[in-house]
Amino acid sequence: MTLIDLANPTRFLALTARVLPWLAAATVLLLAIGLYQTALAPDDYQQGATVKIMFIHVPNAWLSMFVWGVMSIASLGTLVWRHPLADVAAKAAAPIGAAFTFLALLTGSLWGRPMWGTYWEWDARLTSVLILFLMYLGLMALWRAVDDPSRAARAAAVLTLVGALNLPIIKFSVDWWNTLHQPASVMRMGGSALDKSFLIPLLVMAIAFTLLFVTLHLAAMRNEILRRRVRSLQMMQASRVAFSSEMGATSRGQNASKEVGAA
Amino acid sequence: MQLSGHDLICVRGGRQVFAGLDFAAVSGEAVAVVGRNGSGKTSLLRLIAGLLVPAGGKIALEGGDAELTLPEQCHYLGHRDALKPALSVAENLTFWADFLGGERLDFTESLATVGLEHATHLPAGFLSAGQRRRLSLARLLTVRRPVWLLDEPTNALDVAGQDMFAGLMCEHLSRGGMIIAATHAPLGIDSRELRIGGVA
Amino acid sequence: MCGADSRRSNHHWKPPMTALSALIRRDIRIALRVGGGALIGVLFFLTVVVLMPFAVGPDLALLSRLGPAILWLGALLASLLTLDRLFMADHEDGSLDLITMSRTPLELACAAKALAHWLAAGLPLIVATPVLGLLLNLDMVATGAVALTLLAGTPALTFTGMIGAALAVTLHRGGLLMAVLVLPLSIPVLIFGVAASQAVIVGPMTFGAPFSILCALSLVSLVIGPFAAAASLRHGLD
Repeated sequence: MTLIDLANPTRFLALTARVLPWLAAATVLLLAIGLYQTALAPDDYQQGATVKIMFIHVPNAWLSMFVWGVMSIASLGTLVWRHPLADVAAKAAAPIGAAFTFLALLTGSLWGRPMWGTYWEWDARLTSVLILFLMYLGLMALWRAVDDPSRAARAAAVLTLVGALNLPIIKFSVDWWNTLHQPASVMRMGGSALDKSFLIPLLVMAIAFTLLFVTLHLAAMRNEILRRRVRSLQMMQASRVAFSSEMGATSRGQNASKEVGAA
Repeated sequence: MQLSGHDLICVRGGRQVFAGLDFAAVSGEAVAVVGRNGSGKTSLLRLIAGLLVPAGGKIALEGGDAELTLPEQCHYLGHRDALKPALSVAENLTFWADFLGGERLDFTESLATVGLEHATHLPAGFLSAGQRRRLSLARLLTVRRPVWLLDEPTNALDVAGQDMFAGLMCEHLSRGGMIIAATHAPLGIDSRELRIGGVA
Repeated sequence: MCGADSRRSNHHWKPPMTALSALIRRDIRIALRVGGGALIGVLFFLTVVVLMPFAVGPDLALLSRLGPAILWLGALLASLLTLDRLFMADHEDGSLDLITMSRTPLELACAAKALAHWLAAGLPLIVATPVLGLLLNLDMVATGAVALTLLAGTPALTFTGMIGAALAVTLHRGGLLMAVLVLPLSIPVLIFGVAASQAVIVGPMTFGAPFSILCALSLVSLVIGPFAAAASLRHGLD
């Protein structure tokens, strides 16, 4: 299986049709194992059961960045290698990435509620993720703004790459902005020294969520390919059948003028 | 029914386009407005449609529906086709039928007449220029109005389309309608010529 | 005489209702389809509000004090941003000619277009307000107050902004010129909108007085807007 093989959308559809059920099964299995281990994991001596939000939050946060990376590679594929599936991959990934980012924000604020007393704190990490979320939404708006996907693809690719270069800068500025205003009393989320009883379920969950992304992404790519086929079929229908109906219209037109002439 | 204009003066952008123009048309008659570029063919149509205000003179319709103004009894088919690419062919047509109101025909029938029945549920953005023009013609068929104001109606239509359109115009005239068309190309039906602005 | 009159009213008042609802449905549909701009307004609103803390600092006490003002400014800019295409798109494709010629009075058609715009682009802003209130540390009551004032006040923004949109068509200029024309007109709405929300949060004024004035402003603009827009469209015909 090489990239060249995958370049053919038909081949891609056939291949993914075979792979997807296995992927989905593996995802469900790993998620089940991860959730089970999460349930078994001990409560934190400070945070109590709240700490278990971490097992959902951290994988989502990791994926929010990972998906942007996937889109950046796909964008390179669009701009540099002109791979025919690259813009399909980029377009399909954007809403999924936005969803993971949203879940990261949501779980983050639920986790923060008992610690900060508010649902939202302009904490450096959460704020960066919020900006990332806005960039995802902007990218989706760009895809939606143009009807023709191949025209939108290049613009979206440029924006994605600029975003990838800009994200570290944004992250750095937000950190700086935040420490400027708040002396370092900010909660360290996740902590650095994790016990093994936390680490293993967390890793399992991370892998499970990554698999979930791969599954969803492949399915979304299939949908996008099919959607484009429907679109081109519709365009063909608009132009092709016009020809045959033109003949009908001609005869009708002639009939009409004959009738008028007779009248 | 008689439509007449008397001593019309048209001024656009500070420039006098034409002055002292008289015209008349009766039911069942087609008038082809001819003249060189910039002689004011489009302006005349827009004056009749009420989209321009004449600087002098009068336009009157006798024998029409007394409760309606002249523009409300006119169909105006301009250069721009008043279609929304995001809406389907059917949505475009039913919108104009609902919005313009009055006596109306089933839209599937008019789509079949102009040869677009296969595209009923496709977005109008997928249509070619000629097909968009056909869809505009379907509007004239769906909503009945006695006066048709046509600006270069055969633009973008192929030969078959022009024949179809000539048939539609004949039908409209035979029902007692009236057509005023600004055109360079022959209309394809018997028409009286109204020349404005000197020799073409 | 009587018969003629009733026939006339039939002719003139029944068709406009279907015509107007057709116009509203069409405009909402276009706004929500691919290429339509309804949701971009919400995204803009979100972005403007998120930018504010970076300018004033992440101090939650300060943010909750500025909250209503930030939300109102964001909503004001977002609703103006999407307005300048209100008549422009219909002008460019010739639909405006047919709308002008139709039996429906142009004033009513303008009002219908503005209503459709408010439903497609204004209401989502109000729906988004609670989420943004969370970001600005507003409590439930304060968020509710801001959402309520926005609900009462954004129609005024749309219906006065419509005048600018009509002028933009007449002058063949959109964008910034329209913003410059319309922004001063929206100052009263801003004043009473923010005043009513602040009244709930900090007092000492009562909520009722500024809120009633806000509603009055909306009602007045509901009347003036369509007439001014229709007049400017009619005189701008060419």
